[in-house]
Amino acid sequence: MPKQEPFERIRNFDEVALGYTPELAREEAGRCLGCKNPHCVAGCPVGIDIPQFIQHIIEGDFGAGVKKIKERNALPAVCGRVCPQEEQCEKVCVLGKKHEAVAIGRLERFLADWEAASGAVEKPDIASPNGRNVAVVGSGPAGITVASDLVVLGYDVAVFEALHEAGGVLTYGIPEFRLPKAIVKREVEYVKSLGVKLHLDCIVGKTRTVDALLEGFDAIFIGAGAGLPWFMEIPGENLNGVYSANEYLTRCNLMKGFQFPAYRTPLKRASRVAVFGGGNVAMDSARTALRLGADEVHIVYRRSRSEMPARIEEIENAEEEGVIFDYLTLPIRLLGNEEGWLTEIECLKMELGEPDESGRRRPVPIKGSEFTMKVDAVVCAIGNSPNPLIAMTTPGLRTGKKGEVLADEETGRTSREKVWAGGDVVTGAATVISAMGAGRKAAKSIHETLSE
Amino acid sequence: MYRVVTRRMIVPNLHEFTVEAPQVAMAARPGNFVILRPDETGERVPLTVADWDLEAGTVTSVFLQVGASTARLARLKAGDTIPTYAGPLGKDAEIGNFGTVLCIGGCYGIGSIYPVARALHEAGSTVYTLLEGRSRYLLYWQERFQKVSARVIELTRDGSTAHTGHISRLQEILNLERITPDRIIVNGCTFLMMRTSDVTRELGVKTIVNMNPIMIDGTGMCGVCRLTVAGKMRFACVDGPDFDGHEVDWKEFLARRKTYNPEEIQPLRRSGCASHY
Repeated sequence: MPKQEPFERIRNFDEVALGYTPELAREEAGRCLGCKNPHCVAGCPVGIDIPQFIQHIIEGDFGAGVKKIKERNALPAVCGRVCPQEEQCEKVCVLGKKHEAVAIGRLERFLADWEAASGAVEKPDIASPNGRNVAVVGSGPAGITVASDLVVLGYDVAVFEALHEAGGVLTYGIPEFRLPKAIVKREVEYVKSLGVKLHLDCIVGKTRTVDALLEGFDAIFIGAGAGLPWFMEIPGENLNGVYSANEYLTRCNLMKGFQFPAYRTPLKRASRVAVFGGGNVAMDSARTALRLGADEVHIVYRRSRSEMPARIEEIENAEEEGVIFDYLTLPIRLLGNEEGWLTEIECLKMELGEPDESGRRRPVPIKGSEFTMKVDAVVCAIGNSPNPLIAMTTPGLRTGKKGEVLADEETGRTSREKVWAGGDVVTGAATVISAMGAGRKAAKSIHETLSE
Repeated sequence: MYRVVTRRMIVPNLHEFTVEAPQVAMAARPGNFVILRPDETGERVPLTVADWDLEAGTVTSVFLQVGASTARLARLKAGDTIPTYAGPLGKDAEIGNFGTVLCIGGCYGIGSIYPVARALHEAGSTVYTLLEGRSRYLLYWQERFQKVSARVIELTRDGSTAHTGHISRLQEILNLERITPDRIIVNGCTFLMMRTSDVTRELGVKTIVNMNPIMIDGTGMCGVCRLTVAGKMRFACVDGPDFDGHEVDWKEFLARRKTYNPEEIQPLRRSGCASHY
C-alpha cells in the first residue's frame, strides 16, 4: 500500500495511506483463494460478502463490488480506513495462516474511493413515506447507519447532533491524516440526500429531553457515543498543559487548531509530549503531537506492545514516525511550576503478572523504580465512557456502572419503550464498525416494531 | 445559521447580544449558558444566558469584549448571522425560597445574575442586589434589578456611588444596609468571586459562585473546563457552572484561566503589515 514517507508525513496532516491504484487492487484481489467456506465473512461484524466483492474487483466490475459492500456497510470509505481488520476479517483469512492475509480493508477502501471519484454514487430506491417518524440522537457511525437504513424504508428521520458538525468521533476524534474530513462530509451529505434531516447544535438531554422528543416521534435511537473522558486521578492532573485526548483531538480535528490563527481555536505546540494510553486514540494523539512540531513524543503504557489495543497498522505508523514507546511504565504524578504549568511526570516501571478480567496480563509495579521525565504536555488517552446527560434526564432509562445505557444485544432495545440504543453509548468506547453493526440491528428492530 | 436581533454596547466594552434561537429560548433556565461561534473559523465561546423571550424565540447574553472572539462578536449588527448557537447548557441555578438572598454581580456577571435574581424573587426569596464595578458608568440594568429586589446597592472603587471600595468591605456594607443574607450568589470575574468567597467564609454564609473557565464543547466531552471543588475534579459545563465558593481551588482555577493568554493576543495583531511590530 503506497504511503507517505514517515519524515515527510509528520510535517503535514494529509492522509498517510495513499490507496491502491486499480492495478494494485486487482493484483491484491487476485491473491484471494475464493474459499468455499469463507471465514472472513464470519470475521466481519456486519457480515459483508467479502469473497464476492473481491471477485468483482478481479473482474474489473468495481460498481458491483461497491454495491455488494453497501448491502451490509453504509460507510465503506470510513471502515476501509479505520476498521481493525487484523482483529476481524483479515485475522481469520485462510491465506493468512501461512502467508500474508488478503488486504481486505484496503480493497474495501479502494472500491469506496473509486465510487466517489467516478461520481457514480448509486442511490437506493426510497420507499414512499409510511407516515412514521424516528428521532436519532447523535450523528456518529451508529446514528448515521440507523438513519440511512430507516429512511429508505419510508420513515421520516431526524438526526439530532450536539456539535456544530456531524460525524461524531469520525469528525472530532479521528485525525485528518487517518480519515480525511472531506470523506466524512461526503458520507453525511449522502445520508442527507436520501432525505434525512440533520439538526445541529441540539444537545438531547438539555435542548430537548428524550421524553420531549418522544412526544413527536414514534421511536428514538440513542447513538450518543462515549464522550466523557477518563482521567488518571493522580496528583497534578489539572496543571496547564494536561489534556484529555478528547480536548487535544477536538481542538485539532474539529476546530482545526493546527491552522491557528487562521482558525482561531488555539492549540499549543508542545515540544516534549507524553501520551498516556495504548489504544487508537493514544496513537492518534501521539502522531498529532508530532505533526504539531513536537521534538519528542512518548507513548506511556503500563503493559507491553502485544497488549496494546490499538490497530497494528497505527502502532507501526507511529513507530515509523518516531514516536517513543515507554512500555511497562505507569505515570503516578504530574509535577508543575509555580505558575501552574506542567514540567515533568513521575513514573513507575511495571512487570506483567497474572491476567485480569480483560484476559490481558496484569501490570505489577516494580518497587523503587520511580523515575521522572521532563515534559511540557500530557495527553490522557486512557479511555472514555458515555456522557451522563441523557441518562440523567431520561427517567426509567437503565444504565450500568460506567453510565452505559443497557440495551439488548440483538435488538438494541432499552428499558424504555420506544427507545433503542447502540454503539459506544452502550458498549463504552469501541470501533466504528461495531457501532454500525449495532445501528443496523436497532434499525431492523425499530422497523419490525413500528410495522406491527 | 442564527440571526442576530440586537448587538449593542450598553456600557464601555460590555455588550448586550440577542440572537434568534427558538430551541434554546424554549428550554433556557436561570444559570444556563450557550456556546456560540461568531463565524466559521471562530472559537466556540460560552456566554451565560441573561434573558430570553419565548414568544419571539430569542435569547440574550451580556459579554465583555476582551479577545479575538469577543472582538468579532462586538462588530456584529442586527441582521447578521452566526453559524453556531447551542444550548442551553449547564445545570440550572438552584431556585427557591431561601429567605434573604444577596445577589452580587460585577461586569458581565450583572447580566448573568439577573435571571437568577428574578427567579428567586418569583419563588418568594427576599432578594437584595449588589452591583459592583470600577465606576458608576460601568453599571447597568439597575431598573430591571429594582423590579425584583428589595433594594439595589451599588459599590464602586472610585466613589461615584453611595458605597466606595472593594468587595472586601462587604461585611461593613451589609451592616450599614442592615442586610443579613441566608445565602449569597456572586457572578462576575474570577477575582470578584474569589474575594467574595474569602469574605463570606469568615461570615459563615453559603456562597454560590458561577464559574467561568475556558470551554470548547460545553457538553462534558473534553474536560478543559475542569476545576477542583472540595478536592474532587468537576467539569464546570455539566457539574456546574454553579459551585460552592468555599470549596473551589481558586489558585488552580486562576492559573488554568490564563492558559491561552498568549494565543489570545496573536489574532488581534494581524494587519498584513511587515513592520507591524
